[in-house]
Amino acid sequence: MENFGFTLLKERHIDFDANDRSIAGYISDHEPSFRLCIECGCCSATCTTGNFTPFSLRELLILLKRGENDKVREEIRKCMLCGKCTLVCPRGVNTRNVVMLAREAFRKQMNYAV
Amino acid sequence: MKTEGKKKIWSEYQKEIADDHFFYVRSCIRQSFFPGSEQFFLHFMRNVLEKDVYENPSHTTCTGIGYHGDIVPLSTIMTVVARHFALMKEAGYKNIAISCVTSFGIYTEIIETWKHYPEELKKTREYLFKATGREFDIPENMAHTSDIIYKFRNEIAAKAKNLLVNKKTGEPLNVIEHIGCHYSKMFPKYGVGGAEFPNVLGGMIEAWGGRVVDYPERRHCCGFGFRQYLVQANRGYSLSNSVKKFNSMKPYKPDLILTNCPGCNMFMDKWQYTMKEMDGTVYGDNGESIPVLTYEELAGLVMGYNPWDLGVQYHMVQSEPLLRKIGIDYEPDNKFKTKDGRQMPVPKNLINV
Repeated sequence: MENFGFTLLKERHIDFDANDRSIAGYISDHEPSFRLCIECGCCSATCTTGNFTPFSLRELLILLKRGENDKVREEIRKCMLCGKCTLVCPRGVNTRNVVMLAREAFRKQMNYAV
Repeated sequence: MKTEGKKKIWSEYQKEIADDHFFYVRSCIRQSFFPGSEQFFLHFMRNVLEKDVYENPSHTTCTGIGYHGDIVPLSTIMTVVARHFALMKEAGYKNIAISCVTSFGIYTEIIETWKHYPEELKKTREYLFKATGREFDIPENMAHTSDIIYKFRNEIAAKAKNLLVNKKTGEPLNVIEHIGCHYSKMFPKYGVGGAEFPNVLGGMIEAWGGRVVDYPERRHCCGFGFRQYLVQANRGYSLSNSVKKFNSMKPYKPDLILTNCPGCNMFMDKWQYTMKEMDGTVYGDNGESIPVLTYEELAGLVMGYNPWDLGVQYHMVQSEPLLRKIGIDYEPDNKFKTKDGRQMPVPKNLINV
């Protein structure tokens, strides 16, 4: 293989058609306030877990909406369900319930205990 | 179907292209890498259509590559362009014909800047006068040379000796049309069909018997992006853009890529070579790469000119598979010979040979 001093970059295209967005759909159906999230990051800013580890609820919510569930599944178990994020959300999203529902959906739809 | 309304809407997407008396400005990339293209354009306009096309030897680069690479400031490039307009005024021309899509984008951007910020125009007039003692007028009509070939596409079709049809199967060739982003994505009113329905190359392909391929990434950037290739380590950004397009067009089995921007042509041609060298990937049918031609080269082939006179051999991806499909006779031994028969050096690693 010829070395040109540069390489092809990994594709960062998000394919909404190919991704499974059923988890996000389940959450929206049971907690409609999920749709109000504007990804401002207040939840992550106040998160105790996020303060000591790389955990970011904001990132998880974006990944859920995109249907990139593999990354969410590993991360979401770190949440301690303290609910501080719910208290600070400027859009009134019940983020604690979003996390609960995401875990429920993974368990019900993918038979994956979180 | 009622077409009156549609015709009216479509008429709003047209641009006025001058008919004669052009001040011609060359492209750095086109004249260096595809010299036959500009030669064909001048020959076609002057000798075939008998139009007046004037070229001034004092014309310089527009410095667009430096501008987009953050080396040349806006006030400097505006003064350089003002000097071009001054040369045009001195020669008595009002219609400008621009060979390069980067330059075309620069001219449109600067003219629009002057319209919205007249104080910038005033400053530019002052800079130019202080530096050179010249004065200038803004062109009355501005056309990219692909606009002009588009305007005269039916005249070319009338003189066609080869149509864009597979001679063996009788099927039209699948042609990818790639229009440079700076042609009409920035200022849509300056392009035929605007930014939404650019028809400048599609119109030529259809007039010359080919079939335009509508593939998902048709309007994606070619990957040229000045800052993406100026630094070697960054060229992966450029290559990745082109590969995204190539992967998207591959299932449609394209016979040819047609470009109006010299930069797009260079990168879509050379990145195919790079991908083949890197990991052996090719994007054409039958294990071949896809020839990438300029509209002048394609017009010349349609009109029956010798492919080697048009300079199609100066691309990395060679055009022989295309020439065979169309049924154009060529002399392989004369490929790299001068007009008086002297052998020129033969480039190494050409593909599709």
